[in-house]
Amino acid sequence: MSDTMTPQRYGSNAGQPLTRRDGLAKVTGTATFAADNTPEGLLYAVYVPAAIARGRVVHLNVEAATAVAGVTHVMTPQNRPPLQGDPEAKPNGFSFIVDVLQNDGVRYAGQPIALVVGETLEAATEGARLLAPRYEVADSETTLAGQGGEAVEPGAFGRPGGAEHGDVPAGHAAAVSAIDVVYETPAQYHNAMETHAVVAAWDGDRLHLDLPSQALSLSCASYAYFFGIPADNVTIRCPYIGGGFGSKAFPTGPQVLAILAARTAGRPVKLMLTRAQMFGPVGHRGATRQRLRLGIDGGAALTVLDHEGTAATSRFDDFIEPAANASQGLYAAEALRSAHRAVRLDVGTPGPMRAPGEASGSAALECAMDEMALLAGLDPLKFRLRNYAEVEPGTGKPYSSKALRACYAEGAKRFGWADRPMEPGRMRDARGLLTGWGMGTALFGCPMFEAEATATLRADGSALVETSAIDMGQGAWTALAQIAADSLGLPMDRVEFRAGHSSLPNAGIAGGSGHTATAGGALHAAGRDAIRKLGEIAAADPDSPLHGSGNADFTARDGRLYVAGDDSRSEDFAAILSRAGAVDLTGAGSASRPAADAEAHAMNSHGAVFAEVKVDPDLCQVRVTRLVGAFAAGRIINPRLTESQLMGGMIWGISFALHEEAKHDPRSGRIMNADLAGYHVPVNADVRGLEVLTIHEDDPYVNALGIKGVGEIGVTGTVGAIANAIWHATGKRARRFPIRIEDLLD
Amino acid sequence: MSLSISLTLNGVVRDIVLDDPRVTLLDLLRERLALPGTKKGCDRGQCGACTVLLNGKRMNACLTLAATLDGATVTTIEGLADGDALHPVQTAFLENDGFQCGYCTPGQIMSAVGLIAEGRAGDDPERIREGMSGNICRCAAYHGITRAVQEATRRMAAAERGDAA
Repeated sequence: MSDTMTPQRYGSNAGQPLTRRDGLAKVTGTATFAADNTPEGLLYAVYVPAAIARGRVVHLNVEAATAVAGVTHVMTPQNRPPLQGDPEAKPNGFSFIVDVLQNDGVRYAGQPIALVVGETLEAATEGARLLAPRYEVADSETTLAGQGGEAVEPGAFGRPGGAEHGDVPAGHAAAVSAIDVVYETPAQYHNAMETHAVVAAWDGDRLHLDLPSQALSLSCASYAYFFGIPADNVTIRCPYIGGGFGSKAFPTGPQVLAILAARTAGRPVKLMLTRAQMFGPVGHRGATRQRLRLGIDGGAALTVLDHEGTAATSRFDDFIEPAANASQGLYAAEALRSAHRAVRLDVGTPGPMRAPGEASGSAALECAMDEMALLAGLDPLKFRLRNYAEVEPGTGKPYSSKALRACYAEGAKRFGWADRPMEPGRMRDARGLLTGWGMGTALFGCPMFEAEATATLRADGSALVETSAIDMGQGAWTALAQIAADSLGLPMDRVEFRAGHSSLPNAGIAGGSGHTATAGGALHAAGRDAIRKLGEIAAADPDSPLHGSGNADFTARDGRLYVAGDDSRSEDFAAILSRAGAVDLTGAGSASRPAADAEAHAMNSHGAVFAEVKVDPDLCQVRVTRLVGAFAAGRIINPRLTESQLMGGMIWGISFALHEEAKHDPRSGRIMNADLAGYHVPVNADVRGLEVLTIHEDDPYVNALGIKGVGEIGVTGTVGAIANAIWHATGKRARRFPIRIEDLLD
Repeated sequence: MSLSISLTLNGVVRDIVLDDPRVTLLDLLRERLALPGTKKGCDRGQCGACTVLLNGKRMNACLTLAATLDGATVTTIEGLADGDALHPVQTAFLENDGFQCGYCTPGQIMSAVGLIAEGRAGDDPERIREGMSGNICRCAAYHGITRAVQEATRRMAAAERGDAA
C-alpha cells in the first residue's frame, strides 16, 4: 500500500485493504492451476502448429510418430473422430470459430494440424516433432500495411459499430486549425504466464475439466456443444487462473482436441500449450491503423473529432478491434464520428485483450489531443479541460458520476505538472538525459453482466456463500467475500466463500472490468435475501425480541439482527435459527443492470495519467521514470487490490508504448518473435516510480453497490501519456507503437 | 532405459529412477513427484516461473536435466516454509501484495530467496529490480515484488543480527 491511498471504510469489511484470502496458497505453491492436476492414468497431448500461414498440409510422417515408445495416438485430419458440433459454426455468440483438424487446410501460422498423445510428455513431444509436416504453400498476407479494408457490418460480438453525432463535414469546415494524423498499433499477444491448458476426464457422457476459464457457465455450454452433450454434463474446476486478460473466456481448438483425445483414449488427457503456441489459436489484440482528424475553433474548442480505425482480423472470423470507440465518450466535440474498417489477414482470429478498443484507441486519441493542443498553443491538460465533456458527447446523457476533473487536479498536483515547460526538449536531468512530461486521459466503461449467488445462514450463525466467480489475479476471492460478509452483517472469518467451480450459481463473465460489480451484486442480493428471510422468522417468533416487527426493515451487524432504526431490539442469528429448528436458511440473489438504468446515464470509470520519461540524447534509449495515475472508479471494495490492478494496467501501458509487438516474417507468415525473449513485456527493471491515487466517487446509478471497475482502465491514458512525454523530451512525434529507438534517431 | 539418481529434495533424500533421460527437473517435479508448485511458463529459461534453488543457487528448473542432479540439493516452493511458519520472503510477498494471479509467484519467491542469499542487492530498490528481472510477472505486480524483497531483506538481516547478539 502506498501512502497515497487512503482506505475508505464503508461497512465492516468492504473498503478495507485486506490482504488476499488466497495469498497463503499462492505463496506456498499450493494454489492449484489447471495443469497442476495429474489424475491416475493420465496421458499427455502435444499438438503440432502449422509453420506456414496459408496452404495445405500434404504429408505427415504418422508412422515415425506412432513408432515412438510411449506414443498412444496420433490424430490428424484423416483419422480425427467426429465432433458433434460443427467447428465452422459457433456454440454461442460469445465465442470464435476453432481449428480442430476439420480439414488439411492451413489458414494461419500456429494453427493445430495434428495431435500426438503419449504416456509421457517427452514421448508425445518427440512424436509431434517426428510428424515433420510438408506443406503446399500459398501466398499469405499478415500485415496491415497499405490495405484499405472493408466496412464493418456492426452487430454481433467482434463487429463494432461506430457513432456519428452532429454535422461532421461542417465540423471540419468550421475548424480554424486542424490535424489529420495516422497512428499504428501492432498485433499484441496476451501471454498470460499460465499458458492455456486442460486436464480432461470423461465419465460416460459426463465431462470433467480442469481448465482456466473467465466464463465458467458459458464455457460448459461451449464445450458441451462440440461433444453433443447437455451443458449440465460438463463441470469445470477453476479455482485460479494464471492470468487471463481476455484470452481465457472462449473455447479454443487445442483444448477441444485434448478433450476429444481423452474421449478416444478412454483416459484423462493433459494438454498445456507451449509458450510459442500462445501466438496463434488463442487470440490476440489485432493490429490497427487509426486516422484521426481533429479541428478546433478560435477558442480551442473541438469543432470535430473524427476517428476511423482500420483493424486486422482473420480470414474466417471477426474480431475487429473497436479502437475508434475510444473517442465516443471522452471529449466534448461539436461533431463526432467513430468508424471501423476491417482487413482480413492470414492470422489467427484476434479477440479481446485487456481494455479491448480503448487501449489502442486511447493511445492514438491521447497523442492526437496533444498534437492538437500544440497547434492551439495550450498546455495539454488545459486543452483537455477546455474540451471537458459535462454530458456524454453526442447523446447528451448525464454521467452516472464523473470525478475526472478531480483526477486531473490531484494527479497533476502529485506529479508536479504545473512546472512543465511548454516547449519540448527543455528539461535535462543531472546526468544530461532528456526529460519529458506527458499526460493522457483514462477512460473505460463499467458494464455489468448477469450473475447469480446464494447465501446460506447456518444454524451456528456462520454463513456459506456461493457463486462460480473466478480469480485470475484481480482478487475475487477477497473482494467478493468482503461484499458477501457485509451483506450478511458478518465478520469475514464467519463467512465461507465458495467459488471457482461451474456447479456453483453462475457468476457470469470475469471480463470487461465488470466481475466485482456483477458477481458482487449477486452476492449482495443473496445476503440481503437471507437476512430478509431471517427477519421474517424472527418477526413471527413470539420468543424473539424482534417479534411483531412485521413490516419493519431489518439490518444485520456482527452476527445480530436488528430492527432497522431500533437498536434496542436485536437478536443473534444463531438464537433465531436455533428456535426455528436449527435449519440452514438460504437466500438467493442475482444481479444485472436494468435496461432503463443503462439508458438513463453514461457510465464510465475515469482517470488521468501523468508520465515522465528520460531519453538518452545520443542513443535515444527511453526509460519511463515516473508514472502517476489518478482514477475515479466508483466505490473501492479493497484499496490494496485496487492499487495492484491499476498499477498492473499502467505497466501494460508501458508495455504497449515501448515493448510489445508481434512481428511476422512476410515470406512465411510466421511470427518471428513467438517467445518471451523476442516478444518483449516489461520486467521488474522497466518499472520505477509508480503511484496510484483513487478519487472518491459515490455513484447511485451504476449498481446497488456503486461499484465501477478497475481491471482495464489503467492501460488507457498511460500509453498516450508516455508517447506525449517522449515528444516533450525529444520534440519527435512517433506515430507507431511500440516507440523504438529508430523512431527517435535523427 | 532408466537412470537412478539420488537427490536431497526439500530436505529429504530421494532415490529416483528416471524413466527417460530427457526429463527436465521441472517435469520431474511437476509430472512425476507431485510437486506442481514450481510452474512452467515458457520451458525455455525466458520467464523464471520455474525458479528453484539448486545447491542454494537460483536456477531455471526447465533448463536443468534431472539426470544431471545426482547428489544435488533442490529446494522448491513447497519446501520453503518451516511447517506452518512462512519464510520471511513468503510473508513479505503476502503483506506487500507482491502477486496477483499467483502463477509466477513460486518462481518470484524462490528467486528472491536466492537474490537475498547472493547479497548483491541489499535493500536498494534499483538493484532489486535488476536482480529480479529474470522473473516475468505478466500481471505486473512489480511494485509489490520490489517492496516485498526490500522488506524481507531488512527483516532477515535484522533477525540475523538478533541471532548474533
